[in-house]
Amino acid sequence: MPERDEAGLAELYQELILDHYRRPRNKGSLEAHTRRVALTNPTCGDELELDLLLDGDTIADVRFSGRGCSISQASASMMTQLIKGKTVAEARALAARFGEMMHGSDEAARDRALGEARALAGVAKFPVRVKCALLGWNALEESAKASS
Amino acid sequence: MRDVRPDFPILRQEIHGRRLVYLDSAATTQKPRQVIDAIGEYYRSLNANVHRGAYDLAVRATEAYEAVRSEVAAFVGAPDPAGVVFVRGTTEAINLVAASLGRARVRGGDTIVVTAMEHHSNLIPWQLLAEARDARLVMVELTADGRIDADDFRRALERRPRIVAFPHVSNVLGTVNPVAELTRLAHDAGAVVVVDGAQAVPHLAVNVADLDCDLYAFSGHKMLGPMGIGVLVGKTALLDAMPPYHGGGEMIRTVQDTTATYAPLPHKFEAGTPNVEGAIGLGAAIRYLQGLGMDAVAAHERALTRYALERLAGVEGLKAYGPAERAGVVSFTLADIHPHDLATIVDSEGVAIRAGHHCAQPLMRRLDVAATARATFYVYNTREDVDALVAALEKARTLFGYAHA
Repeated sequence: MPERDEAGLAELYQELILDHYRRPRNKGSLEAHTRRVALTNPTCGDELELDLLLDGDTIADVRFSGRGCSISQASASMMTQLIKGKTVAEARALAARFGEMMHGSDEAARDRALGEARALAGVAKFPVRVKCALLGWNALEESAKASS
Repeated sequence: MRDVRPDFPILRQEIHGRRLVYLDSAATTQKPRQVIDAIGEYYRSLNANVHRGAYDLAVRATEAYEAVRSEVAAFVGAPDPAGVVFVRGTTEAINLVAASLGRARVRGGDTIVVTAMEHHSNLIPWQLLAEARDARLVMVELTADGRIDADDFRRALERRPRIVAFPHVSNVLGTVNPVAELTRLAHDAGAVVVVDGAQAVPHLAVNVADLDCDLYAFSGHKMLGPMGIGVLVGKTALLDAMPPYHGGGEMIRTVQDTTATYAPLPHKFEAGTPNVEGAIGLGAAIRYLQGLGMDAVAAHERALTRYALERLAGVEGLKAYGPAERAGVVSFTLADIHPHDLATIVDSEGVAIRAGHHCAQPLMRRLDVAATARATFYVYNTREDVDALVAALEKARTLFGYAHA
């Protein structure tokens, strides 16, 4: 039991995740955004704002801002990399896939479509932290609903 | 103080293969077997609905329930048990006061004063009241080291507030506020004083008569008692003048078709079947604390907190918030490691701390943080617990790529 925890913890705080936490990609805001959604994690007060610039149905550009834990920040950073250039429908499909991974699906965790975000598969072993990983993706989902 | 750990069955368990190090007593305390047994014994031998029962069991349950009221009064120095109202907890006590006293005392344009170190439970009820009454809510600022700014407090009093509310002990900073002095100033300005004592009664000898505040609230579960029982202690003349809060059974004298007259104190404020089990458990908790001696409890926590602040100062990148002299509460941040990540990592070592805004978002903004990690101490904590916390924090530093200090 202790060893598995140690491995889980090392996976949770692996270099790629810390790198996205400390050097988040697409951090900031888009003055010319089409959609802006702000979400907070009510249990911890973490805040995240997601700006999307849509070109027709395509996510032409994306930025996120706010502050939060390594998991929420890294997850949002990885998400922005994944969804830039995708259609809204494609981005939503990725969000659904990511959600499956957070619920422990090994198959989703092997899906190359999730790119670097697969590094977050280990979060599923820390149920209280799943909502951190989902914060950015939930903002995307809200944003997509608003634009559909 | 004697080693009380054997009295707390929950502390015998292991978490992730490690000894449980429970450092979240400001959220809720663990319970000694004396409290757990008292609750079990109540249901095994005493349970009946209280008041108005003609049969023996109901009489004895009522006597036991009312005996705790007297014990509570003695424990916090209230001159009259009639001024001790049982509620669900501090939150309900303050909502009761805001609804009842607020209705009677606050009009449009009046001022209500709170401080920037409030727990949301001593803030939101006043926000709701101010909004409903079109009154003004003024928040007193803090000094850089986390004490109530005396000058700003005096400035706020110049508005002649109707109600002044503040905590006895901050749940984030551990600041012990000078309640008697603040109360005297507020009284001179004509205000009624409401004190959130949730973090004080479990940890210090409190005497509400000496403090002279008008209303004082605290929770049973933060002082070794069960959840769902708390106390509002008030000056009886004021409580008498306040309108009822909840209506229902138990709180009436006579009921007509469209009107009613109300029961005398304290029952006027205790509508419905009360939490008798909770009161019995609270009584056992008070007797347990009296057995230890509140001065000994306070001294134990003071020594442990001083040790913790020393040890934590040795963790590179750690920043602790709050004044040097404080109760057993230490809020901190560590380098760029988010408090939630810290809590997850130290949990893997069996160390339970809280991370977040601690229901004090206005204070978090003033500290310029979204969240802090918080370790809090109680009678069952030891220096070894502090050492375990420090070791676990070093592990967090290592995981986040910082060299070992």
